[in-house]
Parts: sequence; C-alpha cells; structure tokens
Amino acid sequence: TGNRAVLSTSAEEKCEKNANLVKGEEVKLKAKYPGLGQKPGGSDFLMKRLQKGQKYFDSGDYNMAKAKMKNKQLPVAGPDKNLVTGDHIPTPQDLPQRRSSLVTSKLAG
Amino acid sequence: MAGVAGVNDFQWCFSQVKGAIDEDVAEADIISTVEFNHSGELLATGDKGGRVVIFQHEQECKNRPNLRGEYNVYSTFQSHEPEFDYLKSLEIEEKINKIRWLPQQNSAHFLLSTNDKTIKLWKIGERDKRAEGYNLKDEDGRLRDPFRITSLRVPVLMPMDLMVEASPRRVFANAHTYHINSISVNSDHQTYLSADDLRINLWHLEITDRSFNIVDIKPANMEELTEVITAAECHPNQCNVFVYSSSKGTIRLCDMRTAALCDSHTKFFEEPEDPSSRSFFSEIISSISDVKFSHSGRYMMTRDYLSVKVWDLNMENRPVETYQVHEYLRSKLCSLYENDCIFDKFECCWNGSDSAIMTGSYNNFFRMFDRNTRKDITLEASRESSKPRATLKPRKVSTGGKRKKDEISVDSLDFNKKILHTAWHPKENVIAVAATNNLYIFQDKIN
Repeated sequence: TGNRAVLSTSAEEKCEKNANLVKGEEVKLKAKYPGLGQKPGGSDFLMKRLQKGQKYFDSGDYNMAKAKMKNKQLPVAGPDKNLVTGDHIPTPQDLPQRRSSLVTSKLAG
Repeated sequence: MAGVAGVNDFQWCFSQVKGAIDEDVAEADIISTVEFNHSGELLATGDKGGRVVIFQHEQECKNRPNLRGEYNVYSTFQSHEPEFDYLKSLEIEEKINKIRWLPQQNSAHFLLSTNDKTIKLWKIGERDKRAEGYNLKDEDGRLRDPFRITSLRVPVLMPMDLMVEASPRRVFANAHTYHINSISVNSDHQTYLSADDLRINLWHLEITDRSFNIVDIKPANMEELTEVITAAECHPNQCNVFVYSSSKGTIRLCDMRTAALCDSHTKFFEEPEDPSSRSFFSEIISSISDVKFSHSGRYMMTRDYLSVKVWDLNMENRPVETYQVHEYLRSKLCSLYENDCIFDKFECCWNGSDSAIMTGSYNNFFRMFDRNTRKDITLEASRESSKPRATLKPRKVSTGGKRKKDEISVDSLDFNKKILHTAWHPKENVIAVAATNNLYIFQDKIN
C-alpha cells in the first residue's frame, strides 16, 4: 500500500515521507476510534498511568448486595475478574488472589 | 575495546543462556532489569516476581585462554513481595523496576533494588569460615553445663563451604505517592536519588526515615497535568548534577547547589519538532523511556520509541547524534497503539569506552551502534543461534517490496518478543540481553 522504494538521499524528502507514513497511521486510527481524545498525549493518558494499581470497592454496595442476595440473583463476575465496577458487586471469591512467588527463579535453576 | 574497531568488527558469539525453555512463560519469570556491577564481576537480574538473581563471573579457564569465563549463579533472593495499601486501595506489584549496584568498599557487595513504592539496600556477603570450639556450647549448638567447664579455650576459625548470604540492610519506604521508575547512586557514594512519575527524592544511604524532595512537577490542579517524569540519573562524577527525562521528550539537567528544590532546571534539552510532522502519535513516540550518562560524563543518551539520541551536555538545542532503531515501525503505529506496544519502555546502554551503544527492539532483536564509524548491526537473541561460541549472524528487516533471503518482513515480526533490558560489561565486550524470561550472555571472540 504505497511503500515505494525510496532512492532519494535528501533528508527533507525522507522527513516528508516519514510524516506521510505517520499521518496515514493517524487517519487509520481516527477511523477506528472517532471519539479519540483531542489531547492524545495529555491528561487522560497520563492519569491512567498514574492510577495504575488502583482497586475500587464500595463497602456500602457490598453489604447491601449481600443483604439483597437472598432474594435477587445479581450478575456474577465474568472472565475479567478485575472489572469490579458497575452492576457487579465483588465477593471475596471474585477477587484475584494475592500470591507471593516464593518459588526460586528459573534463572537460578 | 579498541577505540578504532567498529561494531561490525566485533564478532559476537553466544556464550550462555539462563532460564527455562517453556512455551508458557509465567508472568513472574519475566525479567524486568539487568545490571552489571562496577567491575563486571557480578551481573544482577530482577524479575516481575520480585526476585533477584546474581551471577558471578568465574575465573577464566587456564587451559582455554581464548574463552572468557562464564557467569554462574552466585546468589538469589526474594527482594520484594506483593503488597496492598489498604488506605489508598492500591495494589503494589512486587516487580523489580531497577537494580543499581553500589561501588564496592569492602568484601561484601551492596545493591539497591526497587519496586513501585519501596527501595531496599541489600548486602550480599560471603562466609567461608566458621568459628569452632566455643566454650558455652557444643559443636551441635547444645548448651554446655557451665559447672562442668574446667578450662577455657579460644574458638578457632575453620574453613567451611562457601555460603553467600543476602540480607536487607535498609528499607526506604513511604516516600513515593506515584510509581518509582528510577534509582541512581550518586558519585559521592553516600546519597542516591529515586524518581517517580511526578517527584524525585534524594536519600542518604544510612537514613531510612527521611528523604529530601528535590523535584516536584505535580501541578496544583491535576487537570493541568501535561507531562510526567520517565527516568532520572545522577551524573557519574559531578555529585551535584542529575538529569531527568519526561514523557514529552525533554530532558532537564539540575544542579543541587542552586536550590533545595530543583524545580527550575539549569539546562533544558529538547530537539525542535518539525510542525509539519506533528501527528497524534508525536508526543507518545517522543516520550523518553531511558536516559543514561556516558561513562565520561560528557554526554548523555536518551531512548524514545523509535530512536536513540546522544546529547552533548554543552548543547541543549539538539542531540549530536541520532540513531534509528526500527524506523520501519512508523507505518505500523496504528496497530502498535492498539496493542499498547507503542508504550513499551526500552532501555539503552553504553559500552565501557563510550564508543558504542546498544538497545533492544522486537522479535528478540537488539541493535548496536558504533559512534565512530556510524555503522550499526542488528542481532537476535534466540535459542536457534545458541550453539556454544557460535557467532551471531546479523539480521535485517526488509522494508521494501522485495524481501531478500534471510531478511524478515515487518509483518512477520513478533511484537511479544521484546528486548527492553540490555547491559554492557563496564570493561569488556560482554553483553547481557534479557529476552522475556531468558537471559542471554554474548561475548566478543577474543582473537
């Protein structure tokens, strides 16, 4: 798709070609995700980086759900057990196990 | 390490590979950091499971002078454990982000290892003698009846099988709200810095309950956050100078003599961007994933997604050298954004004489650049080319329509095989390359 052999040695032409390649990729991306943020490298992406490891739990929701569970069947955790938001109320069985690797590294084997 | 020989004059040969050959790689086994100590005698690795393995260079075999010795396991220990901060509802990974060796001052070795939140100082010591002939207890440890002791003896030191013990000597905790990305030991051998996304702290190696904040880029209003700190390093011989890089592709050099809080920099390094080439990806691919001073202290090197740049500390407005690592990825940025590979953090390193630099890429490829001849080479860390002392064959990625024999096309590259961490022996042509859960050691053939 347009990857013609580049024989020119001009740095300018090379820059232009690179810019066109990257612009082409940008067009592809925006076509797939029309709602993609206006600040690509900005706040949203950085906030996500800063919030790595954050877990969410609402004890009020949890206790209310436990009380209601006798009467009503609530949605159970799907395959992605880390997604404990929205309608799903986490139960102790749903939470990923905290494990510690006390096994010796295979590099030392 | 002749100053004149170029990278293509090296003949890199396979020496060793460590780790399992499993197809299914356990996440804990993924190597997250590799570091030689200052003499090159020891090679440390850290992994996602919080474990540290240290290899030691054994003496060369006298019968085969053309071979350098091998690295064998010296010590291994669990450095960090997974934690949960209940107050902040934050899961803290045990993954070792960085290991940095302290310069050796006595027979023991010391290193700093860090995960996202806590830095630990480990002492690795040897014990090859044991005292025998105690007065108050038997050889098997049972207490002797003091009333039956009729004479005194002086315990004697007897040789025993070598035991290497690792013990945590200091724990530097609770100083980072955000995730630690770098640690760097200062040339004064007394202090070190630790950097997270928004702050840099200065510690004294002896003091764990206090640290000085020397950089704070957290905005008053988090909505205004535009950049984060990605890496930081102390200058190799000027103990008042350090640098830190950002997600916007800039580097700031700070002098701790100017102020207690180094929020304002002494030097600001940024390459001007051509406005016509600006795109959605520009900022992301300009984010610097690693910054390393040259051994001389005159230059520094930065790694962004597609290139490695060498900067002269005396010139702030552009790098003096730029090396393309895998420019063919420009036409793949869309899919690399979708599979998150565009956020991969590659490291880079200098050789001992600062004449060559090395960095990793995908498909278990790694690249070396010779600063004098401007030649470059692509090599691969794979089990296929792992025959003892086999010379590594240069690899090539074909970008045009015609793929030559032995070349690999961009679409065939395995983006799960990333080489993020490499290390170069400080004095010799020996390199360590981490390929996911395997550690490869390559050596230059001695002529």
